[in-house]
Formats: sequence, structure tokens, C-alpha cells
Amino acid sequence: MATQHSRSAARAMMAPAVVLLLGWMLIPLGMTLYFSFKKYLPLRGGDLGWVGFENYERFVSSSAFWPSVQATLIIVGGVLAITVTLGILFALLLDQPMWGQGVVRILVIAPFFVMPTVSALVWKNMFMDPNNGLFAHLWRFFGADPVVWLTEAPLFSIVLIVSWQWLPFATLILLTAIQSLDGEQLEAAEMDGAPTIKRFWYIILPHLSRAITIVILIQTIFLLSIFAEIFVTTGGAFGTKTLTYLIYQRVLESQNVGLGSAGGVYAIILANIVAIFLMRIVGKNLDA
Amino acid sequence: MGRIVLEQVSKSFGDTEVIPPLDLAIEDGEFAVFVGPSGCGKSTLLRLIAGLEDTSGGRILIDGEDATAVPPAKRGLAMVFQSYALYPHMTVRKNIAFPMRMAGIDRAEQDRRIEKAAAALNLTDYLHRRPGQLSGGQRQRVAIGRAIVREPAAFLFDEPLSNLDAALRVGMRLEISELHKRLDTTMIYVTHDQVEAMTMADKIVVLRAGVIEQVGSPLELYKTPRNTFVAGFIGSPKMNLIEGPEAQRHGAHTIGIRPEHIAVSAEGGPWSGVVGVSEHLGSDTFFHIHDTGLGDMITVRADGEVGFRHGDRVSLTPRMDVLHKFDANGLRIA
Ligand SMILES: Nc1ncnc2c1ncn2[C@@H]1O[C@H](COP(=O)(O)OP(=O)(O)OP(=O)(O)O)[C@@H](O)[C@H]1O
Ligand SMILES: [Mg+2]
Repeated sequence: MATQHSRSAARAMMAPAVVLLLGWMLIPLGMTLYFSFKKYLPLRGGDLGWVGFENYERFVSSSAFWPSVQATLIIVGGVLAITVTLGILFALLLDQPMWGQGVVRILVIAPFFVMPTVSALVWKNMFMDPNNGLFAHLWRFFGADPVVWLTEAPLFSIVLIVSWQWLPFATLILLTAIQSLDGEQLEAAEMDGAPTIKRFWYIILPHLSRAITIVILIQTIFLLSIFAEIFVTTGGAFGTKTLTYLIYQRVLESQNVGLGSAGGVYAIILANIVAIFLMRIVGKNLDA
Repeated sequence: MGRIVLEQVSKSFGDTEVIPPLDLAIEDGEFAVFVGPSGCGKSTLLRLIAGLEDTSGGRILIDGEDATAVPPAKRGLAMVFQSYALYPHMTVRKNIAFPMRMAGIDRAEQDRRIEKAAAALNLTDYLHRRPGQLSGGQRQRVAIGRAIVREPAAFLFDEPLSNLDAALRVGMRLEISELHKRLDTTMIYVTHDQVEAMTMADKIVVLRAGVIEQVGSPLELYKTPRNTFVAGFIGSPKMNLIEGPEAQRHGAHTIGIRPEHIAVSAEGGPWSGVVGVSEHLGSDTFFHIHDTGLGDMITVRADGEVGFRHGDRVSLTPRMDVLHKFDANGLRIA
């Protein structure tokens, strides 16, 4: 129970942080909204006045819009599927007692600390390069023609790179969830006649369900805005233009700030829908 | 059916031998209780029987068949854990149904057994709830229900009542005893509670550091403890163990006398001492008597009404017919 006094002290101390955060968020948000209702072409006449919802209509009716939505969904869905499945597998493995556990865990978590730009470049040049990449050598070793990853399977390549980055996050969250499972429950299930697969299916997976939901929601929010990985690999070519990338192109390549801002507002709405679900689930978790 | 025989069973964790080779037979329909101080290997022994731990040596026979290498699920034993180990995401009904579902028993039969178990355990009104919405005692009953429906050859209980409050513990103790009478199935029960061991068991197995100190009925252990360890462990409060000249006078290295076998009076007995703490339980009073010249403090039991005070000098008369005598190795002298 906080006293009156400690509560007002807490408020006073939190105030600077709250003001800073609000400014940080509200000013860009306000500016995005402001520009989205304007025709604003920095290199072709500047501010050309208010246009109402025209930017919003043009953004969704452009021929690039639906393909970009599709690319976004494929990347987000693909990465989620890979990270959650492999994350569960890795978490199960890492939970087993083994020699050098500490080192292995750190290694598994390491990719999370590599910057997206760097990891994308490493993947592009060291693994996926059709002449000198590791994969090319591997393919040649088996007598196959090297795959030109970024042009032949561009979406898959990006999913692969991004999954590699996010797998540690999923593994870490799922590992802590697995570790919180009461061992006696598994023993009880074993005595009850459930073999390994069924123990996983009936005991471990339901126990993980909340952690899985949280992984999915948090990752979705971040995956909706991946940019660097696309920028340094395909540059948005070969059907890898996501919603975020489209916005970037509208603003910086076509120099149409108003149109890009309208796209930004769509993205904000989308991210918030996910965030609301996330808050609910995390909130429930905290209550329980 | 459910005769469990351990032949030279041993268990080591790495280099530490927790259970040196031991032999034990538990007859069909028997209620066997493992007691012993904390860390003596009671749980380990139970888990060996369950198959949750591999033996380091020896054989485990269930109904005459070698079950040493048989996986837990195939041994036909059911276990009730101290933490209940219910499945939190399943309703009570699903929890109880789980072992039957794993065994592929058909739906109608499942429902029949669930209804029967629920009625026997007073769980009928809670079948749709989840474990999180139940009290400790109710969870315990669900755990027992989950064990019953499998119709196992034997039940294994690992301190099932230690998370319950005193009143509930008494109630559940009776329920488990009653269940045993009704099902007439072998039960092995681990506890470090004296009263549970004495009241429930057909056979008590006293363990110390993985070694069986004595096996016998509660009264056998109470009347003829095989050594000083069992003598001190069975019975509450503990038996008084006296060494020195007084013991030698009786031709023993150590003599033991239970608090309830010493009469306390103002004068006239062979021993005397000064009253220290007295514990009034209403029906009984336990006096701690100091300065008796017999070594340690002596505990005696008296009627609830006996009114000696702290510091009073009293006289003690032990009942010679129930005096226990032990030799220098702590073993009972006939
Ligand atoms: N997995 C393990 N690895 C190493 N040592 C263990 C392991 N499990 C138990 N032990 C050791 O074996 C001994 C017996 O343990 P056990 O759990 O059987 O004791 P217990 O009699 O059930 O005690 P309590 O009454 O406290 O439950 C203890 O000394 C314990 O430290
Ligand atoms: Mg134990």
C-alpha cells in the first residue's frame, strides 16, 4: 500500500520521463498525421496545400499496395512459423542437461546481438553469394548449380535471414517457459502412460501456449517494420517490397511525403491492433 | 494383485550411494509406510519402485515378474505426488480421464469410472473446474482420483498430506485408510509423520541413510524396537535413552523407557529430578525433568490434571516390564 506522500513523490519523479516519452511519440505522430492530409512534394513545389483523404485513397489504390501487403504477410508469417517451431525445438534441447550448457546457450542467443544490417550483409555476401557464398560452395560440392538466392528465392531468403535474427528471442522466451514447468507434472504424465510425444503434446505445449502467443505478438510488431534486411539485400526488388518499404519509397524515392505519411498511418493502425491483443494477453499473464 | 519385492536394489547418484543394496517384500493388499529422517532415501526408494529412477543394481519384482527394466507406465502402478502434479490446463474431469485416455479406454467406460471415483471422493460438483480453482484438499482428492481410475496394482504416495493443514490432514488420513480398506490394493506411503505411520500402516519400514533399520507392524516397532535408532524414532514424544551406571545396573549399555511408561509422583520412586518445561495438552501433560543424574533430560507423561510446577522436585517410577535394553552397538538385547 502506497501512502499519499509516496504516491505524489513517485508521480513527481516519473514526470520527466513521461513528458519525454510523450514528446518523443506525439511529435512524430502528429507530424505524420499532419503531412498525410497534405500534398507535400519537397523537390517539386513543396507544400501544395490540404488535400483531405486523397493521399489515403491513392496509397491503397496504387498497384504496389496489395503486393506489398502480400509480401509483408508472407515474411511475417514465414518468420513466425520458423522461429516458433525451431524455437520450441531449441528450447527443448537446451533444457536437457548437457555438457557445456552455458556456452551453448550463449551461442544460441548471440545472433540477437548482431545488428540487422550487419547480419543481412553477412548472409548476403558470405552465405548467399552465388559465386563465393558458403551455400554456393556447398551446392557445387554436391554437383548442383549454385542458387542465386536473392533473385531466385528472394522472399524465402529474407525470411531466412530475419528468422535467424529472431530465433534467439523465441528460444529464450520459450526456454524460460519450459523451465518453469513443474517436473512432477511430466513424471505424473509418464506414470499415467503418456509416451514422450504425448507428454509434449498434452503437457508441454499447453504449458507453452501463453509464451508462444507472446512471442508471436511481440515479433509481429517488430517484423511489420523490418527494413534494413530488405534494403541491403534486394532493395525492394523481386517482390520483396513490404508495406514499410513501400512507405520508404514513397517518401524518399518518389519524394512524396504526404503519400508516405498516409501509408505510415495505415501501418500505425495495423501495429496498434496487434499491440492491443498483446497488452491483453500480457495483462492477463500479470493478473494470474 | 500387487506384490512388490525388492532384491538387492541399490541406487547411486554419481559417486554418492544413496541406497545400499536392500531387500524388501510388500505383500499384496498391504499398506506399507516408509518412514525415516529427511534425506534418508524414502522418495528415492519410492521412485525406484515407480520406475522414475533407474536402479543401480538389483531387481524389482512386481507380482513375480521382473519389472526392473519396465518403463513406469507399464508397471501398473499409480503415484500421488506431494505437489499433486495435476495438469493445470485441464479440468478435473480431464485430469482424472487422462490416464484412461492414454490407455485408450473407450468413452463410456471412462465416464463410468470418473463418476464412480468422483462420487467416492466427493468431487462430483467440481468436475468442470480447473485445479487452480480448488482447495488443497480437493486437489489432493483429484490426484487420488486420477490414480484410482487406472485400477493399478499398487498405489504409491509420496508425502501426499504434507501440504495440508492439520485438520485436513486428519481427514484425508482417514479417507486414504478407508480407500485402502475398500479397494484392498497394495499401497506404499512415504511420510515423516509419526502419527500417519502408526495409524495407517500394516507394515512400517524404518529407513536411515538408505538402510532398512526395521520392518514390522506399528505395534512391533513400538514394543520391540530392534535398535536405539528405531526406539528413538518411533513414538512421540521420543523414548528416553539412558546410558551410564543406571543402564549398567540393568545389564545393558543403554536402556530405553517411553515417557508414557514412567509414573511421576511427589516421592517414593527410584529416580528423582526437577521439573523444567511442562507441555499441557489437556488430556496429557508432558514434563521435562532435569537433574536426574541419568544424563540427559527425561520426558515423562502424566494425566492432564497432574499439577507439578516449574522447579518442583519430583520422583519417577519407571515400569520395569517395558524397559528396553540395548548393547554397546545399539542393538536390542532380547
Ligand atoms: N537427483 C539426485 N542427484 C543427487 N542426489 C540426489 C538426487 N535425488 C536425491 N538425492 C540425494 O539422495 C538422498 C535421498 O533423497 P530422498 O529425496 O530420497 O530423501 P527423502 O527421504 O525423501 O527425504 P525427505 O523426507 O526430505 O523428502 C538425499 O541425500 C539427496 O540429497
Ligand atoms: Mg522425499
